[in-house]
Amino acid sequence: MPRLNSAIDLERLKQEILTRADGKRIVSITNGTDGKTRHSEAVVQAFIDEVEKQGLADKVIVKSTGCHGFCEKEPSTVIFPEEICYVSLKPEDAPEIVSATLIENKIVDHLLYVDDDGNKIVHESEIPFYKYQSRIVFGNNRLIDPKNIEDYIALGGYTALAKALLEMTPEQVLEEVKKANLRGRGGGGFPAGIKWETTRNAPGEIKYVIVNADEGDPGAYMDRSLLEGNPHSVLEGLIIGAYAIGSHQGFIYVRQEYPIAVQNLSVALEQAQELGLLGSNILGSGFDFDVKVHRGAGAFVSGESSALMTAIEGRVGEPRPKYIRTAVSGIWERPSNLNNVETWATVPLIINKGSEWFTGIGTEGSKGTKIFSLVGKVNNTGLVEVPMGMTLREVIFDIGGGIPGGKKFKGVQTGGPSGGIIPESLLDTPVDFDELTKLGSMMGSGGMIVMDEDTCVVDVARYFLNFLAEESCGKCVPCREGIYQMLKILNRICEGEGREGDVEVLEEISEVVRDFSLCALGATAPNPVLSTIKYFRDEYEAHIKERRCPAGVCKALISYYIEPEKCQACLICLRNCPVGAIIGGKNLVHVIDQEKCTKCGTCFEVCPPRFDAVTRLSGAKVPEPVLAGTEVARKRGKKNE
Amino acid sequence: MSEVTLIINDEEVKAEEGMTILEAARSAGISIPTLCYHEKLAPYGACRLCMVEIVRGPQSRLVASCVYPVEDGLIVKTESDRVTKGRKMLLELMWARAPGVQPIREYGIKYGITGVQVIRDYGVGRKNMAKFEIEPSFCILCGLCVRYCAEIKKENAIGFVGRGIGREVVFFPEIARRTCPGCQECFSLCPTGALPSHYGLVEACH
Amino acid sequence: MQMVQEVAEVDEIIAKYGGDKSAIIQVLLDIQREHRWLSKGVLKEVSQKLEVPLSQIYHLATFYKAFGLIPKGRHSVLVCLGTACQVRGAPRLLDKVIETLKIKPGETSADMRFSLDTVNCLGCCALGPVMVVDDEHYSKPSAKEIQEITAARE
Repeated sequence: MPRLNSAIDLERLKQEILTRADGKRIVSITNGTDGKTRHSEAVVQAFIDEVEKQGLADKVIVKSTGCHGFCEKEPSTVIFPEEICYVSLKPEDAPEIVSATLIENKIVDHLLYVDDDGNKIVHESEIPFYKYQSRIVFGNNRLIDPKNIEDYIALGGYTALAKALLEMTPEQVLEEVKKANLRGRGGGGFPAGIKWETTRNAPGEIKYVIVNADEGDPGAYMDRSLLEGNPHSVLEGLIIGAYAIGSHQGFIYVRQEYPIAVQNLSVALEQAQELGLLGSNILGSGFDFDVKVHRGAGAFVSGESSALMTAIEGRVGEPRPKYIRTAVSGIWERPSNLNNVETWATVPLIINKGSEWFTGIGTEGSKGTKIFSLVGKVNNTGLVEVPMGMTLREVIFDIGGGIPGGKKFKGVQTGGPSGGIIPESLLDTPVDFDELTKLGSMMGSGGMIVMDEDTCVVDVARYFLNFLAEESCGKCVPCREGIYQMLKILNRICEGEGREGDVEVLEEISEVVRDFSLCALGATAPNPVLSTIKYFRDEYEAHIKERRCPAGVCKALISYYIEPEKCQACLICLRNCPVGAIIGGKNLVHVIDQEKCTKCGTCFEVCPPRFDAVTRLSGAKVPEPVLAGTEVARKRGKKNE
Repeated sequence: MSEVTLIINDEEVKAEEGMTILEAARSAGISIPTLCYHEKLAPYGACRLCMVEIVRGPQSRLVASCVYPVEDGLIVKTESDRVTKGRKMLLELMWARAPGVQPIREYGIKYGITGVQVIRDYGVGRKNMAKFEIEPSFCILCGLCVRYCAEIKKENAIGFVGRGIGREVVFFPEIARRTCPGCQECFSLCPTGALPSHYGLVEACH
Repeated sequence: MQMVQEVAEVDEIIAKYGGDKSAIIQVLLDIQREHRWLSKGVLKEVSQKLEVPLSQIYHLATFYKAFGLIPKGRHSVLVCLGTACQVRGAPRLLDKVIETLKIKPGETSADMRFSLDTVNCLGCCALGPVMVVDDEHYSKPSAKEIQEITAARE
């Protein structure tokens, strides 16, 4: 591909690409990491083969894209221009779709999305999951094959860069981003424009810009999907930022657990370089900029901005004290501006459409949209992009479709291990940096984990502390020792050995961990514990005072019991018990040997609903087992069930 | 270097730009507890005992005085309630790791930690008196030995391994057998006195 | 002369990064991928060539989860224990995997076929719980599927 040396060259290339694609249908198939777990690779190949077979190769483009957002339904496809959406595909569906939809222009009913009322929905934008979203950043994933820069250019990619480099001064670019009030999407929520300005004004010729793609929060995968599906959006934003700041060297720190993102990023960098959109004299502007990819090696703490910079230097990624801001003294003590993947990806939009457009979306304090990973006990799991200000209730129920299995909502965890669980009473809180922080949680990177009545919040707090204890760098006393002691207490509580006063000690340790830790990992570590104590104190008290786990999760506090009057001796639980703890036989009441039982819950799951004989007890004594050889009480009128 | 004036515990203290609060305080004879600080080494900020409260208008926050640079007009409280409460907890956490060691005992008495009543109280064997279960490792990971060997001796015969609660200080026999017998300068730096015995063990095994 | 070959491979990897000291984590990642562990000899070579103290390299090697100082099996099996997977039953999946492979997380099978580890989030949260064998991801595998998937790996 020939180098682009001006905005006109870029426009010409875009027109060329659009002309080539003119009149063709596009079959865009989700083929990111999520899709691949359900054989999307084979689905893509099946479509390519079928299109070839039917002689449609010059009329139809089969596009392998990243995640579209509705991961629950992947592999899925959107057929353009009509935006017909088919979900949960298998390779064998390809021939049918090709002949029905592409050739005969008919809809394949059985592959459509079906809503709660049984309606089949044809167009993607009408599917409830997508209807209420505002996919200004993520929407392009549907039309981009990440390994082909032309797709990005066809959508207007790099025009923001051209505008910035060739029509604006660095100061003007900076002003625009400041006016837009773009706040960091990685968790800190710090105004990007101000950070850029600090870096720009810091003394020193050499400055760095960094993409933080470490995304360590468990449950969050927005950045992975953006990097895998639309790497150029991040790169474009980065170069624009570099120009505004006066930096000529960038770093992209990606966690090594994201091999596809690393791969797609490398391809993107190569292709951008080839076209003169990266490297020396970008678009003939005279501006030079280079990027290095640095892989993480498996440490959550190294995603903290000062730790990340230390890792880039080739040292152990431990955080540094924050009094000297990294914007002034970062990598090798040079001014370094770090922003999250999503933050960078938003920049080209702000430059192209203007800060006024951007500030028209969202709330007073939080402008624009945010991508959340809506996961856990929710019907429609996936990545959702919503305008700031939408309430949690709307996200979880209107977009997420509520809780599966008719279970009751208990709480939603935001902010990862640094956040807290928000209860039902606060569901009308708008998604907004400051509102969420006021509740004792935080926006964080965007993980939104929904929990229902079967989730034990004490166990969740314990889970997070366990995570943090493993990920703590161990340098400072409050984090290393404080989290460890808190974890010990929580373990005891979940194991039925909670003591009066445990909650108070947890609160006491929390204060020193929060106030005295060296970095934000330690400082926010108490949040999961404090928020669950605040909103779910009764669960802690049940565990400690009654040795009862209300959600029926903590193994040491639950027992499974087969009710003799209900058991019909079908042998199902007996055969499925992984440790052979069920005694019984044909016509004989099944009994669980409590000594052998590992509380795995299999019997509870497999007992046929019409018998419903297995119960889960907590905080109550298990009734004495019936005598061996007791026969079942057959239900009247039914023999040999 | 220009001069700045800060107010520590309501007392005016003159300092030079570039100094840390800790250095300024010490120069004025105001004591702030430390365990991982050493004048010859770069400040480390790990023990957090030296944290102090700085006040700016209605807001105040806690900072590590061993790394925080002095500012003109900075108001510092070295023994506020927030500070002493936190120090007490830090010492209790450290006591669980290194019960009975002299500096923690001394500070412990000053800040009234559970587990230490009198200067003779070694704490070992009195599990039920300490707030946390005693799990002695006798190393509080202050890093003085590691940093001394790296920054002053430039030998790197001793270093950190692992992370979190699994973090440990180890000698590297290949280097240690060459450099340590004639040096051992880090031994006297160890606040808990654990280092010499640790070295003895390594020496014996290699 | 496996040691000589290993050292040669290490030198090649270092050269790939231009002998840049700050690329040490990238170098170690590549070596770990090639050899499936970081042997003492290899670490000494890296220390020498990149002029990084051995103690610092050991800190790196023990700080980051991607590295192992003991050889790993030919096939890596990872079970995600991230929050979303946790809430969807990841511990039960882990139990099933442990039952099938007969090793616990952090261990390698005696025949060096498998190494089992847990991970704190792989980023496939909508499809949890997730198991990864080598580079292939599996969503909600049943006990039978786990058997089949692992039996197929030599």
